Amino acid sequence: MTPNDRKYTKDHEWIMVEGNVAKIGITDHAQNELGDIVFVELPDIDAEFEAGESFAVVESVKAVSNIYTAVSGKVVEVNEALDGEPELLNSDAFGNFIAALEISSIKEDELMTAEEYEKYIAE
Amino acid sequence: MARSSYPLLFERSIKGHRGSDLPALDVPMMENIIPENMKGDVLPLPELAEVDIARHYTNLSRRNFGVDNGFYPLGSCTMKYNPKINEEMPGLFADMHPLMDEDMAQGALKLMYDLDKSLCAITGMDKFTLQPSAGAHGEFTGLNLIRAYHESRNDTARTEIIVPDAAHGTNPASAAMAGFKIREIKSAPDGSVDIEALKAAVGPQTAGLMLTNPSTLGLFETHIKEVAEIVHNAGGLLYYDGANLNAIMGIVRPGDMGFDTMHINLHKTFSTPHGGGGPGSGPVGCKKELEKFLPRPVVVENDGVYSLDFDRPESVGKVRSFFGNFGVMVRAYAYILSLGANGLKEASENAVLNANYVFARLKNTYGIPHDRICMHECVINPGELEKNGIHTTDIAKALIDRGYHPPTIYFPLIVHEAMMIEPTESESKATLDEFVDALIDIARVAKENPDAIHACPVTTPVGRPDETTAARKPIVKWTQE
Repeated sequence: MTPNDRKYTKDHEWIMVEGNVAKIGITDHAQNELGDIVFVELPDIDAEFEAGESFAVVESVKAVSNIYTAVSGKVVEVNEALDGEPELLNSDAFGNFIAALEISSIKEDELMTAEEYEKYIAE
Repeated sequence: MARSSYPLLFERSIKGHRGSDLPALDVPMMENIIPENMKGDVLPLPELAEVDIARHYTNLSRRNFGVDNGFYPLGSCTMKYNPKINEEMPGLFADMHPLMDEDMAQGALKLMYDLDKSLCAITGMDKFTLQPSAGAHGEFTGLNLIRAYHESRNDTARTEIIVPDAAHGTNPASAAMAGFKIREIKSAPDGSVDIEALKAAVGPQTAGLMLTNPSTLGLFETHIKEVAEIVHNAGGLLYYDGANLNAIMGIVRPGDMGFDTMHINLHKTFSTPHGGGGPGSGPVGCKKELEKFLPRPVVVENDGVYSLDFDRPESVGKVRSFFGNFGVMVRAYAYILSLGANGLKEASENAVLNANYVFARLKNTYGIPHDRICMHECVINPGELEKNGIHTTDIAKALIDRGYHPPTIYFPLIVHEAMMIEPTESESKATLDEFVDALIDIARVAKENPDAIHACPVTTPVGRPDETTAARKPIVKWTQE
């Protein structure tokens, strides 16, 4: 099930906005495609990213993938648990964010609802 | 081959065993020469007889698989057969030393000079440095030329290198090492450069673009002239990743496509056994406007006398001790001379023909992400077999049981479940047919009895190692219990 409480990108990230902070993770579909995740490279706190930039890297047994942010802003929190247990992204992709960014701007029109995302991955 | 665990030398150690028997001490024993604080613990080195060590390594070496054992269609790696005559040639220079006087080393200097000229003719560049040790080292060197070029024009705001998302991973890595910021652009669905994305990415911050053509999908970049124009008009330079040069020798030249600088993987395209981490060579070529920045020294010729030119004030400096991996240069020189211009062209033609033959024969059995004429390598995926729970890795493992080195898998990253096959020009139609027949038969078994494919490989010393645990909790050294 794709949770309704957040938005989705074409690159298979989810974004949950609370106030002016966006938590970003990868979708269950993404973790399924990647296979066993063995390493997550987290961004530094206070690092700034523009929308469309890669802010983290997820390494699986199959591939190394960039994770992109759909919002511009500054990193205010990272999910440090992923440092020792990258497999959390496999077991609960929607329950584990990668990083939270303080939003300076967001491209709402490029984001999908849960329903739209499900349609998108079914294609 | 029997499946068995193979003990480490450390585990075979028997206390007191020796490989050599030293004579008794016939001089006075000196005590306490080494201060206590400089002494460490005794190293737990294995104790074995010479015969046991010889057998250990000989038996391990028999588990190797190389081009001389069988077909090795590892996409993007050009595992072509390396003629044995080229292996003999470096021996001719065995008595030389890099510090010999120039007048004693005229032959070696001439070889480097002529190799440079040959590479220029093949690629359309104006001058090469032979120093870089392999492809990524070449990329790093070429990017330094690009930086030196911009800095010499006081154009210091150019800090970005554009890299398509289909690029070899070394491209963004080298650009980052050279101090550039990476701007990744998405590829068009067919793996070529997305012209609109490129137009949006270039600007006064653009130092250059890194590209390989044929692309990492083994497809020729037909818009290359337009790509070059967009980057040049924005003030940037074009870097050619020569990894796929084996597809185009004698047919089209990076210099004519609009590239300003490039590297060649001599060990891949020009015949040196590679893939085992052995010495490579990544000469970097450039157009005239970048020539003065090349690493020093370069070999120059004057009235038939060859010498090393160190007087290059704008050079980016040395990138390697002495002159580079000379043995690889000798092999490449021998390969180029023995094939000649026509032979090199024929090599590329056959490499492309072989890839297309394999591709055409597999089309009805496997998934074809991009259905168009390929260059020297083709990309397939499991296609319908995925419904039977068969992934690319399963097909690769099944190929091992049939005596083949698997193709490259899960690259390029932009293709779902990619399997990339590069047969090279050295294989006969008979070999290609046997390989394709094996793949078609694997697909048949995969449909009828997928479990049999999931169990592969069964003929190897180890079956399927636990890659996940190995990556998450790697044990990279032996520790005495």
